[in-house]
Amino acid sequence: MAHADLISTETLTDPQPLVIAGHEFRSRLMVGTGKYASNAQMIEAIEASGAEVVTVAVRRVDLDRTKDEAILHHLDPDHFFLLANTAGCYTAAEAIRYARLARAAGFNEWVKLEVIGDQQTLLPDTVGLLEATRTLVGEGFKVLAYTNDDLITALKLEEAGAVAVMPLASPIGSGLGMLNPYAIRTIKQRLSVPVIVDAGVGTASDACIVMEQGVDGILMNTGIAAAQDPVRMATAMKQAVESGRHAYLAGRMPRREVAVPSSPTTGMLESRP
Amino acid sequence: MTESGAVVTEAAIGEVVLTVNGAERRVPLGWTLADLLGSLQLDARTVVVERNGVILRDRSSFASVELALDDAIEIVHFVGGG
Repeated sequence: MAHADLISTETLTDPQPLVIAGHEFRSRLMVGTGKYASNAQMIEAIEASGAEVVTVAVRRVDLDRTKDEAILHHLDPDHFFLLANTAGCYTAAEAIRYARLARAAGFNEWVKLEVIGDQQTLLPDTVGLLEATRTLVGEGFKVLAYTNDDLITALKLEEAGAVAVMPLASPIGSGLGMLNPYAIRTIKQRLSVPVIVDAGVGTASDACIVMEQGVDGILMNTGIAAAQDPVRMATAMKQAVESGRHAYLAGRMPRREVAVPSSPTTGMLESRP
Repeated sequence: MTESGAVVTEAAIGEVVLTVNGAERRVPLGWTLADLLGSLQLDARTVVVERNGVILRDRSSFASVELALDDAIEIVHFVGGG
């Protein structure tokens, strides 16, 4: 068979690996580290996801030691690319402070910038986000900006120097999947920097459909961590991201409103009287 | 109580009163940041320290930063997040 060498997905690789700010990553799936039942489960799920980029949050050390929260006791920073977020920040100033603290940890100058505008929906405050992006870019940060699915904000973030723009599929932790494929596709078509869809992916089919829009990657946390079996869901997400990417690169068939037979219409038997 | 009515915490002789992660703490006079981290059994390499709004990026300076009255110390680290 002529395409036998292409049948194995092992050999059918992505011709263009994900590159952000000159850094090449081994997976288009990025995962969060929150909400797992245990650290052991988190590690197992992250390994199953194949992700290289893992997000972490900056918080006060619990000086009473009631919980074992320090993630670096469990996550090898030589094996994973730590991407600190500014989750929970509601102003540009607050997000900038958290980003600076994260950089002082000494791993890298990258930040997943979140400036949240509303407690109920956790939708981004795009005005604060742009302000914080400009400041942090000026300080040498590599900013990956979590934003809504608005093209104009995405364009402004790119202009402000963000190295990647991260529009949401749907609100953080909602698992609603991609609510506006047109908006996501438009953002991808208009931006030069990588577009990583962040938030809202609830199951493997959501991830696959997101990747089929041609975006560069997906970041997810709850979709894996809140599954009944997070390790199995991480495996499903890994395959879905790869499948969606392959489907995008393959180019889907055109949609038709009428049927087109797949079997020959000739060579049919004559009907018997 | 002062004239303005604010409560002033009187430090005992040889003590420094400061705030660490939002809570008041009393440490012996002359203690450095390294002493504080040591007493909290924290590895300086795994935390980031902000003192009065300024991040202390040079961890080797911890042993020479003496804690002062009313210092606001924040000790943070990475935790799980999305």
